[in-house]
Amino acid sequence: MLRLALPRSRRAARNALILLAVLLVALPFLTELALGRSWVRVLDFALLYIILALGLNIVVGYAGLLDLGYVAFYALGAYLYAWLASPHFGLHLPFWAVLPLGALLAAVFGVLLGAPTLRLRGDYLAIVTLGFGEIIRIFMNNLNAPVNITNGPQGINLIDPVSLAGLSFSKTQTFFGLTLSSAHLYYYLFLVFTLATVFIAYRLEDSRIGRAWIAIREDEVAAAAMGINTRNVKLLAFAMGAVFGGLAGGLFAAFQGFISPESFSLWESILILCMIVLGGMGHIPGVILGALLLTVLPEALRYLGDWQRLALGKVLLEPTDLRMLLFGAALVLMMIYRPEGLVPSPQRKREFHAEDSVAEQEQASLYDARR
Amino acid sequence: MLRVAGVSKRFGGIWALQAVSLEVRAGEIYGLIGPNGAGKTTLFNCITGLYSVSAGEIFFAGARVHNQKPHRIVQHGLARTFQNIRLFANMTALDNVRVGRHVRTRAGVLGAVLRDRRTRAEEAETRQRAHALLEYVGLGNKARTLAGHLSYGEQRRLEIARALATEPRLLALDEPVAGMNPTERAQMRELFLRLRQDGLTLLLIEHDVKLVLGLCDRVAVLDYGRKIAEGSPAEVRQDAAVIAAYLGTEAA
Repeated sequence: MLRLALPRSRRAARNALILLAVLLVALPFLTELALGRSWVRVLDFALLYIILALGLNIVVGYAGLLDLGYVAFYALGAYLYAWLASPHFGLHLPFWAVLPLGALLAAVFGVLLGAPTLRLRGDYLAIVTLGFGEIIRIFMNNLNAPVNITNGPQGINLIDPVSLAGLSFSKTQTFFGLTLSSAHLYYYLFLVFTLATVFIAYRLEDSRIGRAWIAIREDEVAAAAMGINTRNVKLLAFAMGAVFGGLAGGLFAAFQGFISPESFSLWESILILCMIVLGGMGHIPGVILGALLLTVLPEALRYLGDWQRLALGKVLLEPTDLRMLLFGAALVLMMIYRPEGLVPSPQRKREFHAEDSVAEQEQASLYDARR
Repeated sequence: MLRVAGVSKRFGGIWALQAVSLEVRAGEIYGLIGPNGAGKTTLFNCITGLYSVSAGEIFFAGARVHNQKPHRIVQHGLARTFQNIRLFANMTALDNVRVGRHVRTRAGVLGAVLRDRRTRAEEAETRQRAHALLEYVGLGNKARTLAGHLSYGEQRRLEIARALATEPRLLALDEPVAGMNPTERAQMRELFLRLRQDGLTLLLIEHDVKLVLGLCDRVAVLDYGRKIAEGSPAEVRQDAAVIAAYLGTEAA
């Protein structure tokens, strides 16, 4: 989106950036004023999903490895946070110590998942990663006996909130007469992490490693023959993607205060993948937009129930059912009319329309003429 | 420089290569010819690590390179191009060549994220070298063009530039002038001679017998996976087995 408002000059760019910064800072207040506090929480979740989507984008968008088990890394980050900062084991480490550990644990599992699947491509890789995601979830669901590690389906409760300099993020805090609710506080925390993720994603994309990832996606044999260690570079993609998954998981656990295996179903993996596909695979602004749309739209559709009650006096269509229907319809339409995503990278766009040669355009116009 | 010693390659019941031995000396242009299906590309794939060998050994600059991973062989200084062009079609010409620099650069994730002084210097050098190589093969004004949008001849030359970016001592070219018109062929011929002048050793698969016999210092002829002749172009041209197998129609 930054790119969309391509500046005419340096000054215009600076002004746009300042405007964006002010907007991002003011956003939770504006949202609370316009829509109520529950929407600030929606914003928080949107930021979490942006981190997740950008992480998965490294694996799927850059390196071209279809990963359907990404939520496993999210789960690992969340559970590690819960283990190290809750009454469950009686440990209460500070968040700045736990979050990096969660990211590290996820990275290790990223490599563990990546190593045996290196030879697999496309559908086969998708199936194995899907299995991996489910295995982690089922482990979390069942590891409550004989030793209670995960507390099974009940999940882990009373997870420590993030606290900074003795200041708990779970309570409303007042600074210089400015009152910030917990949702506001987490918004700013998540915003910092999201901006860092965006920054890292941009830097990785335009680097030796980023080019190697894209080369592998384009033609793995040629990449190997040009001296790229495809094994290591692919594992690096899995690990880097997992880092952001683990990080987001830790933030999620602290924010919610409660986690259970239910939060880490296959559906979450698919949702995150949909964000990438919808927005534009491999293109950071597109992925951000996709994550925003798919977190905000379902919430907005909740109002459909209220509107129906107002207009018809009863709820004709359950909003939850309608949400899934619209969601599915939107994806089908996307695949037909804009398979490269809403805001694709110029490169992806070309990949999807590679055959759009002059000859084909002629064919298309002939068809139009006949009608 | 490159020594292939008794290399065999079997695919199921078929021996694509049978005890092929040859030696490419430093600084020469070595040609590999033979009818379709003779095993030329199979031998290339064995040399560059895309295939494992079923038997035999390959040495490059004194090191054993058979059955090594392709990227290790590139590190040793052996780069290749492909018969059916395998560029990164949706990357720009410049980025294709920059990928070739991968093996000679070191920046990792930390370098990419922090962009420290060393990484910046490395990236600047990569960019500058890539531009120079594009210039070298005559694509100086195509840096920003997508590889897939280049003409056929330009794509062949871009593949050479990409391979050169890995700083090879030996460049293996798989049918580099296939499908080119006479003018383009003449240009490629000049490029090969320039490469040799600049100290590279060339290993060349080619169907264009005229080009091979006119350009190469020595030639090996493969037929049905066996080497049937080796020597100077003049010697090979006189060889009865070669005439029977490869130039047979002309002899008849």
